[in-house]
Amino acid sequence: MAHARPIATTRSATGIPTPRLAVWWILASEVVIFGGLLGAYLMHRLGHPEWAEAASHTQTWIGALNTFVLLTSSFTAVLAHQAAEKGNGKQAAKFLGFTIIGALLFLVIKSYEWTTEILAGYTITANNFWSFYYTAAGLHALHVIAGAIIMGFVAVDAFRGRELHRVEIIGIYWHFVDVVWIFLFPLLYIAK
Amino acid sequence: MADTVADVQQHEAHGHVDHHHEQSWVSKYVFSVDHKIIALQYLFTGMFMGIIGGYMAYVFRMQLAFPGISVPGFGQVSPGEYNALITNHGSIMIFWVAMPVLIAAFGNFLIPLMIGADDMVFPRINRLSFQVFFVSSVVLLLSLFVEGGGFGGAWTSYPPLSASGDYNQTELGATLWLLAVALEFVAFLLGGINFITTLMNSRAPGMRAYDIPLVCWMIVIASILFMLSVGPLLAGAVMLLFDQVLNTGFYDPARGGDPILWQHLFWFFGHPEVYVVLLPAIGITVEVMATFARKKIFGYKMVLYTAVATGVLSFFVWAHHQFVAGIDPRMANVFTITTLLISVPIAEMLFVMIATLYGGSITLTTPMLWALSFMAEFLIGGVTGIFLGASGADIYFHDTYFVLAHFHYTFFPIAIIGTFCAFTYWFPKMFGRMMNDTLGKIHFWGTIIPFNFIFIPLFVLGMGGQHRRIYNFQHFPDIAGPEYFQLRQIATIALLVMLAFQLVFFYNVIVSWMKGEKAGKNPWKANTLEWTTESPPPHGNWPVDELPTVYRGPYEYGHPDREEDYWPQNLPG
Repeated sequence: MAHARPIATTRSATGIPTPRLAVWWILASEVVIFGGLLGAYLMHRLGHPEWAEAASHTQTWIGALNTFVLLTSSFTAVLAHQAAEKGNGKQAAKFLGFTIIGALLFLVIKSYEWTTEILAGYTITANNFWSFYYTAAGLHALHVIAGAIIMGFVAVDAFRGRELHRVEIIGIYWHFVDVVWIFLFPLLYIAK
Repeated sequence: MADTVADVQQHEAHGHVDHHHEQSWVSKYVFSVDHKIIALQYLFTGMFMGIIGGYMAYVFRMQLAFPGISVPGFGQVSPGEYNALITNHGSIMIFWVAMPVLIAAFGNFLIPLMIGADDMVFPRINRLSFQVFFVSSVVLLLSLFVEGGGFGGAWTSYPPLSASGDYNQTELGATLWLLAVALEFVAFLLGGINFITTLMNSRAPGMRAYDIPLVCWMIVIASILFMLSVGPLLAGAVMLLFDQVLNTGFYDPARGGDPILWQHLFWFFGHPEVYVVLLPAIGITVEVMATFARKKIFGYKMVLYTAVATGVLSFFVWAHHQFVAGIDPRMANVFTITTLLISVPIAEMLFVMIATLYGGSITLTTPMLWALSFMAEFLIGGVTGIFLGASGADIYFHDTYFVLAHFHYTFFPIAIIGTFCAFTYWFPKMFGRMMNDTLGKIHFWGTIIPFNFIFIPLFVLGMGGQHRRIYNFQHFPDIAGPEYFQLRQIATIALLVMLAFQLVFFYNVIVSWMKGEKAGKNPWKANTLEWTTESPPPHGNWPVDELPTVYRGPYEYGHPDREEDYWPQNLPG
């Protein structure tokens, strides 16, 4: 790499590598972002029993399929980490590639789902349930897109045998994206 | 982020290469990744925004004291402009002055130097943080000049006023304001992660948790508070943005939304935010007091633990801003109790300061004067907070000038006194030269005395029931008694005097920077690590093989076994 790293970056007074420490702090800040949004949604949902009618129009089977896709992509992220631990960069890159495919599949399914819903008249302004639905799932989808892009960079590096520790870092982030969906799925699809 | 992450093994083989080659002016000062340059970028941007915020205060105070006059340098103030001025004065002073200067500028400058590191752990994220911040400043300033004018719904931006252009008449201004604030939050999230991980992982060998200078602890605790409180507001800001732009109804009661939801999300962040800026200011004050009282901090751990306690409590006080918003009175009781409780740790910190001063050999340098005045002025701010935290009294005081005077008595000591305290103390380290002490003291008295003349009259106005969001009191003859006008005029004249004395400060900075006395490494004979390197510190802070090792705590002044009255942290034995 062209730029030298400061000595500060290589120190580890806590014994935890700095990148891993940083990603956990990033997740902490993400947890409160989604926490605020979902907390607001929950309070509204409890105060508006009539939202159940709107919620009954969500397509649970598509949500379930997407849950399956995301969970599988997290599994390949774990396999990538395992390969990286063994120093096998090419193998790690391959599994990261599978994860990226999972992310793309998730987005394709989501686009199909949203298209059918918007065509049926359930737009973001239809009522406040749909506002929360699109805002929360949209914010989550942005995280999927960002994660997939970063994972692409990590995979290219890993393929060349460089920066293998990053496979774990992006994996931690990916699990978080997964966990957020695990909260969204029951709240938006299952609760009628 | 991924690119700046370290690969430890790979790095150690290459060592600390490529740090000292010549750089062009642009890459050295504009796109620098050096924490000291980024600190100065934050400092100067913050000061520039401070000048704008001060100018706004000047314009609307003139309108309040002399309604309808053509304000020199602005002209006649229309009601819409008045609202935009007070809104953006508040937003700027908190988000674009207090935050960037106290946390970002001094955090960036001090943390690596004080813990004996050569830079932040993620220098390029650090640079990105400043760039995002800079863009946010530009967006905010632009929002003042768009069609309809700047946003005028107060810095708290309550819906439904803020949610629809039909109500606030500043459709574009409101959206740009919101975007600017959101960008600013992103900048500080990026910076905060850097501060936290740097302090946790990059301390000099030998530096244990209780050897870290308190100001570093305070900035990091503040960053954690910020990180854990801003998320809900970011989510809320997205919802408000959708209400403004896509016409959703999150905050619209007519469509099943709830405007109070915004108040909860805003103040869940907004109240911890007070402590986000307060803690660094207390840290700065404590550092300066130890140095100029030549005494160990009376209770290092006490300050640290009370800071943590303040941080935890600060998440449970937010609804004291909403006592009159129709919240359940039983909740008002709970929040009154938590609000009164939070004054306990803060009072403990003030007692630690007093105990540190007791029996010390005090030198009244300019930074020390600022530190002492912080204590005195913040005390008034804190004590008047008790009136507002008690829900019964707050029903009367709510939205009067009493509230305004109260929070200016907290924010002025934090953002202005704290900044001047830090700036005059670390100026020799930042620029290698001493500041002129006489000019510094003239500036000090010229700021502190008028400050009290501005805000004590406002307390009186508030107790008289004067509402704080009135553009022209002549429109309300019932409450526009002549004695109140006199008080408003005193406050405005005092503001003019205070602003005039800031010229002394700028003159002092320029003259001292150009031809002040050379400072040397350690002009104040202080213990912490930043004083063991050159002033100003070179790129990398210390020569690679001379990065300091730490042997003791930061406040070993007047140790009985030593001839000198200070004992730098890096001296063996």
